Amino acid sequence: MNFREIDFVKNRKKFFSLSIAITVLGLIALLIFNLNYGVDFTSGTTLDVLIDENSTTKEKAEQIYQETGIEPSTITVGGDNNNRVNARFEKVLSEDERIGIISAFQNEFGAEQVSYEENTVDAEIAKELGLKAIYAVAIASIGIIIYVSIRFEWRFALTAVVALLHDAFIVISLFSIFQLEVNLPFVAAVLTIIGYSINDTIVIFDRIRENLQKFKIKNFDDLANMVNTSIKQTLTRSINTALTVVFAAFCLFIFGSESIKLFSLAMLIGLISGAYSSIFIASQLWLILKSKSLNKKKTDVINS
Amino acid sequence: MVHTKRLIAFLLIVITSIVIMVWTSPGIISNVKLGLDLKGGFEILYTAVPVDENQEMDQELLREAARSLQMRADAKGISEPEIYPEGEDRIRVRLAGVENQDEVRQIMKKPAELTFRSNNGCEDPSEFCKIELNGSDFVEGAADVVFKENTNEPLVSIQVKDKDKFKEVTQRLLNNGYRTQENILAIYLDNEIISLPFVGFVSTDGTATITGQETFEEAEELAGIINLGALPVVLTEKYTQSVGASLGELSLQQTITAGIIGFVLILIFMLGFYRVPGIIACVTLTVYTWMLLLVFYWMNATLTLPGIAAFVLGIGMAVDANIITYERIREEIRSGKSILSSLRAGSRNSLRTIMDANITTILAGLVLYYIGTGSIQGFALTLILSILVSIITNVFLSRLLLHLLIRANIAKKPAYYGVKEAEISEL
Repeated sequence: MNFREIDFVKNRKKFFSLSIAITVLGLIALLIFNLNYGVDFTSGTTLDVLIDENSTTKEKAEQIYQETGIEPSTITVGGDNNNRVNARFEKVLSEDERIGIISAFQNEFGAEQVSYEENTVDAEIAKELGLKAIYAVAIASIGIIIYVSIRFEWRFALTAVVALLHDAFIVISLFSIFQLEVNLPFVAAVLTIIGYSINDTIVIFDRIRENLQKFKIKNFDDLANMVNTSIKQTLTRSINTALTVVFAAFCLFIFGSESIKLFSLAMLIGLISGAYSSIFIASQLWLILKSKSLNKKKTDVINS
Repeated sequence: MVHTKRLIAFLLIVITSIVIMVWTSPGIISNVKLGLDLKGGFEILYTAVPVDENQEMDQELLREAARSLQMRADAKGISEPEIYPEGEDRIRVRLAGVENQDEVRQIMKKPAELTFRSNNGCEDPSEFCKIELNGSDFVEGAADVVFKENTNEPLVSIQVKDKDKFKEVTQRLLNNGYRTQENILAIYLDNEIISLPFVGFVSTDGTATITGQETFEEAEELAGIINLGALPVVLTEKYTQSVGASLGELSLQQTITAGIIGFVLILIFMLGFYRVPGIIACVTLTVYTWMLLLVFYWMNATLTLPGIAAFVLGIGMAVDANIITYERIREEIRSGKSILSSLRAGSRNSLRTIMDANITTILAGLVLYYIGTGSIQGFALTLILSILVSIITNVFLSRLLLHLLIRANIAKKPAYYGVKEAEISEL
């Protein structure tokens, strides 16, 4: 296996540059486009109409909405054979308006064919949900830092959290660049990514901790060699676990229901990033932090 | 030498598991409670505001309003409605499997209508068609539970605003003859009979007591209903998720298909990569899936669409425990150890890693559960349960099976573990 020949540590600057580049790109995208917040965070109504065995076009759907006199801010047509019309309204739809729209679809395609999903969020609740999402990420991160600090040491905790924030940010950046809709399930996806990212990092860190006792470490090269060995020893596991979760997320994305497509996509990106960051970000950052303490010890010795 | 006893024990565990799974699965699958996003229904978060501007919103009023919503859902024959007060002035309603959603939504929101009726002047004397008093005739919050002197029987005391009106009604009904059908002043909430008291005396001061309540709780409930009817709250929908039945069914079907494909892919991968331990991974993953469903069934937990997603991802994460252990064992084999001592060293060294890695994921799951609502909670719950179950199946069961198989001495070649002879270093 030729990947065992790779010197992960030597190339760390390249990986850092790559991650920094993506992060900067994401920041720019966020500043320019912001995120495409769905109704969960902006208030309003989404109406997802399924017309079962029929199919339709965007023009036709727009026409139906035009006739009802209630025009959504965006309309997308999707589903297996264009049988799903998703419309988003910036205001909260009233009961009469909703019934009006559904009966317009029923008139067009037959009452039995139409089934719909409605999500309505009031402005007050939208604000609350947004705040809760931020709290959730913050509390989860703090909890993880505390746990890892107790079980390992602060350097592991700090770098693991940098890696998980990196993963969360990459998903957020990509959703900003491609203007994919961000709703409550997206937050759940980000939190799961955080959970997975830390899980993945811990396995490598655990090995580093073990090797720290086995190896005689005198200088930076020894330390770098140890980190390299640890990564190589756990590499097959890292790849295989990433593969199995990616299989799962990929199947959900391709074959799963329309309403969890974006959720699965966020998950897919995050899982790949999580596997990447454990090896190329977390371990390398730890090496840099740890080598600082190594230098200090050495000077201590000389001084005494 | 092949150790037959251990081989038999191994086969026995595997075959028994398969038999139990095949036998119980249909029952479990058909009884797992599905969320409204999978079988249609809606979740609404209401804010409740008292109709009377001078009235303050309090916990008791909120609980009464929630109870009245519960009664409406029951009256509509909706199975297992979930209705509970939240915070200071909110009520969350979750109804799954609702066919006529628009109708139910309208009924839920309409303020409870309390009426006191008689059958005076009705065509059918068994019906109570004449509304004598309605909710607004009562003094707000005045209905209370009192106890009859001597007998300690619980009574509900009520107070009407218009003394003369109440006097006229009680006088007329009493004149019809005590304990006749015409004497009854029936209490209705919307169109449901709550109580059928007789009028025993003429009230001149606007107050009266209702007897016939068997327990204190019953009396308290009646007082609550009268107060609610007299004090209706206005409900406004603040958050709504409503899913049509056939749309929910489609989601369920698509996501389960996705799950099965993912599951099979993972099994094929594990078999191809790890060979003999791969077989054990397949068995334990199947047991994992079955056991997680069983836990859902036992806890009467609701499986939501994001919940299924967590279920499928959970399969990917559960197999991680197998992968960590197997990798460790392979490493030990490569270092030149015997299969058995590799197994021992590998199991010991990998347990700590697996636990640390899983606990951090559970931490994230717990935060999600406490902060999230609705389907997000469903996702978090599944994530947490899937990790707990996977520790049982993919750590402990997997180890037991691997030990039995290896110590049965039938899988001795390193190739059975996906290790090439050339990779093994000399000790």
